[in-house]
Amino acid sequence: MTIGIGHYLTVAACLFTLGMLGIFLNRKNVIIILMSIELMLLAVNINLVAFSYFLGDLVGQVFALFNLTVAAAEAAIGLAIVVVYFRNRGTIAVEAINMMKG
Amino acid sequence: MALTAGFFYLFAALAVASAVMVIVAKNPVHAVLFLILAFFNGAGLFVLLGAEFLAMLLVIVYVGAVAVLFLFVVMMLDVDFAELRASFIKNAPVGLMVGGIVLAELILLFVGRGFGAGVARSPGVPVAAMGHEVSNTQALGLVLYTKYVFFFEVAGLVLLVAMVGAIVLTLQHKANVRRQSIASQVARTPATGVEIVKVPPGGAVIPVAARSAEAEARG
Repeated sequence: MTIGIGHYLTVAACLFTLGMLGIFLNRKNVIIILMSIELMLLAVNINLVAFSYFLGDLVGQVFALFNLTVAAAEAAIGLAIVVVYFRNRGTIAVEAINMMKG
Repeated sequence: MALTAGFFYLFAALAVASAVMVIVAKNPVHAVLFLILAFFNGAGLFVLLGAEFLAMLLVIVYVGAVAVLFLFVVMMLDVDFAELRASFIKNAPVGLMVGGIVLAELILLFVGRGFGAGVARSPGVPVAAMGHEVSNTQALGLVLYTKYVFFFEVAGLVLLVAMVGAIVLTLQHKANVRRQSIASQVARTPATGVEIVKVPPGGAVIPVAARSAEAEARG
């Protein structure tokens, strides 16, 4: 019962699919959509680190590090946009976002 | 080996279960807390893969910063979340179908190709090249600050731009709050700041600047 790379890739695939499913199910709530995107990024990071371990290459971990940086920046900007949008419109429903027109 | 397998299944099952809870939780605060749990379990998987530094970074960055940011926004915004979940059931069939297809494709790909068996091992930066006495953090630092220093600096720039962008987006100037005007303070000279008034004996003269300031305050 050895844990191979397939096991890790399967977990990451499950997490990625759940993130995608979250975007489909909570189409109105921007905050849940942002959390689903974070889940998908976590799945990508697990893939990168798993390949880094099983191929014996450190570059995967370096890339996962940059991935984490971009994910943090994305969360900060996304939540700032949500706050501004809520201040202007009083709701965070996604359907009304195109009413901003730039 | 059995211990490692047990921990792998524990972390994997908890990560997937909490990911499910993130997307089906009724209360968004619970969703954020389950997201934290999912990231903790992801960090556990990273530890199993020998990436201790990334695991601790995941805990610090996500649990310490991103999750708190999410919690802050969820609690700050006064949103009717029940109304936002109205189309949850309506969207479920399409979402489950697309999700099931993607998951089946991915797992079939992994099982069918058998990753890891036939992958050529040509590491760019081998993990164990520097000997086993080098820790994961040290090895990562040795490659990050030498070979990938440009990308490291670009990552810092990305964070800087994100910080400036978030501040610019959310900063608001209230109309009734008096703010310090540094430009007018710096532009102030003795000629504009001091007025010499000749006071006649027995009478009082209000300086011009004080008079105009008073009129401004009144009107």
